[in-house]
Amino acid sequence: MTTYVASRLAQAGVVLAGVAVLVFSLMQLVPGDPVRIALGTRYTDEAGAALRERAGLDQPVLVQFFTWAGSALTGDLGVSFRSGEPVTGLIVERLPATISLAVVSILVALLIAVPLGTVSALRPRSVVDGVATVFSQAGISIPDFWMGIMLIVFVAPLLALPTGGYTPLTEDPAAWARSVVLPAITVGVTSGSILTRFVRSALLEAADSEHVRTARSKGLGHGTVLGWHVMRNALLPFVTVVGVQLAYLLSGVVVVEIVFSYPGLGELALQAVQSRDFPLLQGAILLFALVFLVINLVVDLSYAALDPRVGTR
Amino acid sequence: MSPLRRAGRTLALVARRPGGAFGLLVIGMVVVLALVDDLLVPGGPNQVSVPDRLQAPTWPHPFGTDELGRDVLDRVVLGAATSLQVGFVAVGIALVAGVLVGLLAGYYRGPLDAVLMRSMDVLFAFPAILMAIAVLALLGPGTRNAMIAIGIVYIPIFARVTRAAVLSVSEEVYVRASRSVGAPDARILFAHVLPNAAPSIIVQTSVSLAFAILSEAALSFLGLGTQPPNSSWGLMLSQGRGFLEQAWWMAFFPGIAIFLTVLAFNLLGDALRDVLDPRRRSLMTAGASAEQPKVGSDE
Repeated sequence: MTTYVASRLAQAGVVLAGVAVLVFSLMQLVPGDPVRIALGTRYTDEAGAALRERAGLDQPVLVQFFTWAGSALTGDLGVSFRSGEPVTGLIVERLPATISLAVVSILVALLIAVPLGTVSALRPRSVVDGVATVFSQAGISIPDFWMGIMLIVFVAPLLALPTGGYTPLTEDPAAWARSVVLPAITVGVTSGSILTRFVRSALLEAADSEHVRTARSKGLGHGTVLGWHVMRNALLPFVTVVGVQLAYLLSGVVVVEIVFSYPGLGELALQAVQSRDFPLLQGAILLFALVFLVINLVVDLSYAALDPRVGTR
Repeated sequence: MSPLRRAGRTLALVARRPGGAFGLLVIGMVVVLALVDDLLVPGGPNQVSVPDRLQAPTWPHPFGTDELGRDVLDRVVLGAATSLQVGFVAVGIALVAGVLVGLLAGYYRGPLDAVLMRSMDVLFAFPAILMAIAVLALLGPGTRNAMIAIGIVYIPIFARVTRAAVLSVSEEVYVRASRSVGAPDARILFAHVLPNAAPSIIVQTSVSLAFAILSEAALSFLGLGTQPPNSSWGLMLSQGRGFLEQAWWMAFFPGIAIFLTVLAFNLLGDALRDVLDPRRRSLMTAGASAEQPKVGSDE
């Protein structure tokens, strides 16, 4: 088990180093001079030199990388080309909105997937199972940004919900819920449709295992077999998938934030691209990749902790 | 059996499944639309008619008109070519690069495997759309660059799928026999390993086409993919977004087109998986067969 944890941590460290190199290279790979591009018509030799010095771009590339990586480790992601403010501060400002959206979205996904997947596994090839299958196929195929637009057009006016913006939870919980609900449904339906398939298949696989057959042959009741022997064993793969889904959900969050003019990290990243603010783009991308890596690492390690066979294989 | 006959037999088996038949039918229709769009819409995507602007769906304009009086149906038809072109080229890039990486990593293993697959892990660590946005920030917006960006994003998944298939195929007797008689690696890889790893790769291609079409639409929606005045479903959605209150149809119909095409590729992918690669069905479609027991049932 210890060897497994050590090797998994080392692997994550190597990938993180690769991620850092790739994110740093973004600035180096920009065709032309990133400072000139960022300043556009405001470019003068003095303004360019000042920005280059402030961003450390007048140093050799290797020095730039190690300075950037060292600062990133301490939470300093440089300064925004556009506003001159620290990138970390700009990102931290947007974090609560994106975290709210991600958490509520995964809740929406679970609220859809657990009941629908369980009922469809309990009655395979029934009408409910058919509905669940159609729902999951449709949910995977529907463009989330289009669904967001349709919710804005058809649902928001009916329920008098806001079609954009974000109210912090600490400011007004009711307004917070109203600002998060439509974006969260948009993101959650896609994840929910994927999770529905996993709930169904995990339950069916667990139901087909030998210990469940043994439990049934001992004459245990329907509820005991389902709750004690099937659900508990189906939970392990399901928890893993929920973790991984949370990581993938971030991709959906980026686009949906833009549809709802939702002031989160995705919207910030797009603004950074549009204004050619490369340090800000680097910071946003690095954070998304870091979150993705940490979630995957936690999922793998908790899987090993929950299933002792993993670490010893 | 010749490869052509084998492909024909596979397609016949796929077409027997409802999802496969639906997928083939819709994809066939979209391909035909993309091929004959010049005949169907001889005037191109930009026939402006200001008096007809923002008309709701009617018989002469079944999908309505946009803010410049252009027929939305015409533009949806013309958008099919863009979506398919981006999908096929992007997946082509990912397929060639990813399969090559997967073949080399799975066949040679050792340090080469570690280096290649860790590199793939690095690419995989970025949310797909954000990675594509970053690539487009470097290359600049446009249809061609969107193809490259989406292609790069999907390389790791092809590398992983190919490597997994190669790892199991490499242990087969015929591969070990080829090695023992001194056949060159290139011959073993391309004549024995690749054809036997193909089923997983074909299934992944269909599923990736669905996601590539979705990604192109998302990037064009964000203003980074296809640029006006060209027609693309994602771009139409983006333009329709500005007129949601006056003209819902501008965003509605391109969305339906994306949805049906993506659904078709996904269903085709599922049917191909059932026919070609039953072992990989386990997680996604386990229990779909009639033999599966009911959960908690007593029989």
